[in-house]
Amino acid sequence: MATNVESRRNWQDLPDADGRFGQYGGRFVAETLMPLILDLERAYRAAQADPEFAATMQDFWTHYVGRPSPLYFAERLTDHYGAAKIYFKRDELNHTGAHKINNCLGQVLLAVRMGKTRIIAETGAGQHGVATATICARLGLPCVVFMGATDIERQKPNVFRMKLLGADVRPVTSGNATLKDAMNEALRDWVTNVHDTFYCIGTAAGPHPYPEMVRDFQSVIGREAREQILEREGRLPDALMACIGGGSNAIGLFHPFLNDEDVKLYGVEAAGFGLDVYNKHAAAINGGKPGVLHGNRTYLLQDDDGQILEGHSISAGLDYPGVGPEHSYLADIGRAKYLSCTDDEALEAFKLCARLEGILPALEPSHALARVGEVAQEIGKDGLIIMNLCGRGDKDVFTVADALGVTL
Amino acid sequence: MTRLSTRFAALKREGRAGLIAYIMASDPDHETCFEILRGLPGAGADVIELGFPFSDPMADGVSIQLAAQRALKAGGSLRKTLDLARRFRAEDQTTPLILMGYSNPVEQMGYDGFSRDMANAGADGAIIVDLPPEEDSPLRAAFAPNDLSIIRLATPTTDDNRLTKVLEGASGFLYYVSVAGVTGANAATSENVRAAVERIKRATQLPIAVGFGVRTPEAARAIAQNADAVVVGSAFVDEIAAGGSEQAVERVLRKVEQLSEAVRTARGQ
Ligand SMILES: Cc1ncc(COP(=O)(O)O)c(C=O)c1O
Repeated sequence: MATNVESRRNWQDLPDADGRFGQYGGRFVAETLMPLILDLERAYRAAQADPEFAATMQDFWTHYVGRPSPLYFAERLTDHYGAAKIYFKRDELNHTGAHKINNCLGQVLLAVRMGKTRIIAETGAGQHGVATATICARLGLPCVVFMGATDIERQKPNVFRMKLLGADVRPVTSGNATLKDAMNEALRDWVTNVHDTFYCIGTAAGPHPYPEMVRDFQSVIGREAREQILEREGRLPDALMACIGGGSNAIGLFHPFLNDEDVKLYGVEAAGFGLDVYNKHAAAINGGKPGVLHGNRTYLLQDDDGQILEGHSISAGLDYPGVGPEHSYLADIGRAKYLSCTDDEALEAFKLCARLEGILPALEPSHALARVGEVAQEIGKDGLIIMNLCGRGDKDVFTVADALGVTL
Repeated sequence: MTRLSTRFAALKREGRAGLIAYIMASDPDHETCFEILRGLPGAGADVIELGFPFSDPMADGVSIQLAAQRALKAGGSLRKTLDLARRFRAEDQTTPLILMGYSNPVEQMGYDGFSRDMANAGADGAIIVDLPPEEDSPLRAAFAPNDLSIIRLATPTTDDNRLTKVLEGASGFLYYVSVAGVTGANAATSENVRAAVERIKRATQLPIAVGFGVRTPEAARAIAQNADAVVVGSAFVDEIAAGGSEQAVERVLRKVEQLSEAVRTARGQ
């Protein structure tokens, strides 16, 4: 656990000027991109200081995205486990069906401010791609989405949605043709189109200032949840839970609570076929070690030579060999705890939530749902848990049917 | 004097630019790669850049991406790369050899171990693509005791302020990336490159090598007019990819001869 010295620090003042969260984070990019990310940081600081930027965001949140998202008491799930009260932060009700749009909105508005005329993005599950394509359609900007060919196959509905929204979806066939390869390809595009292009990264990872910026845009989740639980229960929750892909929905929920040390933080990583099965899970913190990829130092799935492993998860949105640097830091100092959940456990949680609450969760938050019962027992009967239901499961019905042996 | 400074001084005396030849270690396999490596100086390479493979080469175009995949499939690694360097150095004590790649394999080996093993292998310096000046201080600290060079990159997006930062702590030579893009991409126009090289020359005494997108003798010849060296990579790597490994050695070395000839004779024309 955290040392006494560490536990008295201000958890919210990171990253430092070099983009570091302890040893994690940083700016590990090719020289061609350095001036661009320094410029992005300056533009972001200016936007942060501009009330008009905040007002524009607020307007879109209220009238376009549908914020605040409800804080919902999952009564039957709570009864099912018979322990702490379980609340869902319902970011799956956002326009486009996931938390991803919170971040896309912020980044694309920033791109417009910077005079950029072309947006690129990578996507795994397709949620970030759909959200980026949506905002680009709304703001009238061309949008190119890089997506691994494997993911295109397993997330067909989202691919079609992106196309309907006018995005140019580019299949990526290098490597294992999944999210990390899509990110490589987006970086290659950015380094080639430096003058007009803005790279809208979909999670709280990448070179500084992305992890900080994405976290800030997603922190609306935690700010709302804090206000809502205080109103509903008159006190702070005992625990927060969220699934971890790159970690953006989790850090968005956690960050406004970081200094409330009595609030326990639980991230849940994808354990795929099991943490003990080599290269068949996507749990960077539980099953990886620190290294450098995609512009930041963080926990990574890798071999002894530093080659990145592909990993595996049934959930395309969690199938990434890294994790945002702030999570690596929170794990090391013990402020947050990182659990894991296998494909099978996530499927069971998916089914349970559908039957008990009438909500089809995305496979990503199903991972967090799968651990909710145990955390509820640990916290006990009078406790309060908020779990980030960060996406809806419509996009996953084909994958789930397939896993259950059903032909649609 | 390091092997790099000795070689660049000699090029200057000869009044010509040098050819820096890039190949990927263990591509298409260790032994074929070694045969290519040992043949490079004879074919006219003045400096050798030996890539070490990485699974996620995000600054590379398709040619070098595929080279890394072939190398990894053949069992390539940073250790195997150092082993090739050591075998090369046992036969050739004068041709500078630098390593090029991404930081994660180096992070896993450890910066001090990397520096020590490079020195023992007789390698002369390194270009770590994703370690900009902001992030390379651990590497600089590790390289200093062994007198290894950190080769920094300047690009079309590097303005004068940034150039100052890039040049602080740079050694060996400065690598000018002639186009904003990945390796093997389209070439820059020769007027743009010429102007950039002149601008950088006003800011540093270091030799300037120009690369990215140089595939033909014509392009190499144009750059060799005022740059101190021309870097060619994808064009050689494509020769490896073009067919069987037996002919690969010959194909690559023939290509090196062609480009070397263009570079050597450029200023006489
Ligand atoms: C619904 C949903 N949840 C979670 C994730 C994982 O990303 P992160 O960990 O950044 O929230 C994704 C990614 O695509 C997603 O679509």
